[in-house]
Amino acid sequence: MKLIIAIIQPHKLEEVKQELYNAGVNLLTVNEVLGHGRQKGITEIYRGVRESGNLLRKIRLEIAVNDDFVDPTIKAVMKGAQTGETGDGKIFVLPMEECIRIRTNEKGTAAIG
Amino acid sequence: MTIPFYFDADLAPRCRRRGAAKKRLKQKVYRSPVGGAVEDHFSRNSHCFRRKHEGIPNSGRKTMKRFLLFVFLFIVCISSFLFGADAAATPVAANSGDISWMLISSALVLLMTPGLAFFYGGLVKRKNILGILMQCFMAMAVISLQWVLFGYSLSFAPGNGFIGGLSYVGLNHVGMEPCPFAPNIPHQAFVIFQMMFAIITPALIIGAFAERMKFSAYLLFSILWATLVYNPLCHWVWGGGWLAQMGVADFAGGIVVHISAGFAALVMALAIGKRRNHTLVPTPHNLPFTVLGAGLLWFGWFGFNAGSALGANNVAISAFLSTNTAAAAAALTWAIIEWITMGKPTMLGTATGAVAGLATVTPASGYIGIWGAMAIGASTSLVCYFAVSALKPKFNYDDTLDAFGVHGIGGLWGTIMTGLFASKLINPSGPNGLFSGNPKQLLVQIFGALAAVVYTVTVTFVLYKLVDLMIGVRVDDKKEVLGLDVSEHNERAYTLIE
Repeated sequence: MKLIIAIIQPHKLEEVKQELYNAGVNLLTVNEVLGHGRQKGITEIYRGVRESGNLLRKIRLEIAVNDDFVDPTIKAVMKGAQTGETGDGKIFVLPMEECIRIRTNEKGTAAIG
Repeated sequence: MTIPFYFDADLAPRCRRRGAAKKRLKQKVYRSPVGGAVEDHFSRNSHCFRRKHEGIPNSGRKTMKRFLLFVFLFIVCISSFLFGADAAATPVAANSGDISWMLISSALVLLMTPGLAFFYGGLVKRKNILGILMQCFMAMAVISLQWVLFGYSLSFAPGNGFIGGLSYVGLNHVGMEPCPFAPNIPHQAFVIFQMMFAIITPALIIGAFAERMKFSAYLLFSILWATLVYNPLCHWVWGGGWLAQMGVADFAGGIVVHISAGFAALVMALAIGKRRNHTLVPTPHNLPFTVLGAGLLWFGWFGFNAGSALGANNVAISAFLSTNTAAAAAALTWAIIEWITMGKPTMLGTATGAVAGLATVTPASGYIGIWGAMAIGASTSLVCYFAVSALKPKFNYDDTLDAFGVHGIGGLWGTIMTGLFASKLINPSGPNGLFSGNPKQLLVQIFGALAAVVYTVTVTFVLYKLVDLMIGVRVDDKKEVLGLDVSEHNERAYTLIE
């Protein structure tokens, strides 16, 4: 079991969602987050005061998958989110110790899908 | 020079008193058998005309009553002729009642532009709302100056049939003397009122190219468009130009404001192309803003339409009532259409219906009664709903906020409807429409609307190309993705953290 965390551009969310559905991954959690990587944020001006290095809006996806879904999920996120520009985001893959479905008490791989 | 649009406060009641005093007095007796004091009230109240025409029976039956009635009628006829001659001898002077209504109306119409900003702003993605607000707000700044510098002159100064002259440039020769278009108010009051129309018209177009136009290109385009499309059209219809001379009736701006902005919007949407990742599903980020905007528009529209009577008079009241009636009928109809076709009525649909109804009743508002207003309101929702939900997907253009579907189609429909429902019984200085036995007016209306469409479409397209060549109209993809708030204005509307 893995937990896949993907940080993507907000406008790519629809495409990523579509690619995930195509890959058979229907379960995901979406957060709106702020952050920046190498492109070093943006400059904003308020009443003549310049603020540089402001954080950019990003979308953070959390997807818990069984091992055989790890590669398809990563491929789907890549396909949906990649533009080739800086700021496209990152995918983190973390090992996951346990997963419990609250409704049924199911545990492990059965609880994920 | 006859300008059917302008209604003269004092002349009209006098005309009515002359023309139809007889009919009215019968009504008066039916409703209230005695009382000289009622006379003035009735002679100034056009409702009795309507009552007469709705076939409410005259209940004065007894011979004695008839005789008394005849005597009374005779006296009143004579006195009204005398009174009429009296009024004709006295020129209509500027008066505080008319002036205050015009100033209040001007302020109401100005408020429509920020109202429109919220109406539109709620409908875009939240990364673009400041871009919309900025464009609307900047229209208030830029067009206000354009108007007093030369826009007013090009629209209303004596000139040829196509465009006004330059004699009023910088409001030269425009002071507190009686306005040539409405002697009951000072000339500058008319300048102020008309300025607010000039501001909101280019702002209406914003809906078509929302979320993807460069701010600099918008500014240049707006100034050019106001000068080369709005000012000439305003002159054609209201400034004594060739459409006015043909007798085209446009009470408050169906042609000048809504057809021009709506069809310019269609041209811009087609020329600038779709947004990136364009889907047919709208992405409103704050519908309460949109409803707030629709509310402000509805409120401001009373200044727009009732103010177009150019005085605190009967026509203003009648225009106020038809404006509200049409908006109500359109809002309800749109909700019902959605209920039937989609299963649920929506807030966005109801607000859109109200705005469509207001836009459509605009050219007719001072010429129609409540039945015409209801018919216009209900039919406009059918037509605009069709335009927005069927026409747009079919032709697949990205008129982002339906500026064409609501204002273009609404303005066109309203201008044609004016040719059906207009009645001299409501406004003696306006035309009669088809339903009042004047089919020619319908043809005149259709011709006027088409002339405005052809002119607007042609010149708007040329201006688009010109601006595109000079500075480029569209932001690049990266800026569009980032959102216009940050990429064009370096600021954000909402924060995520603190």
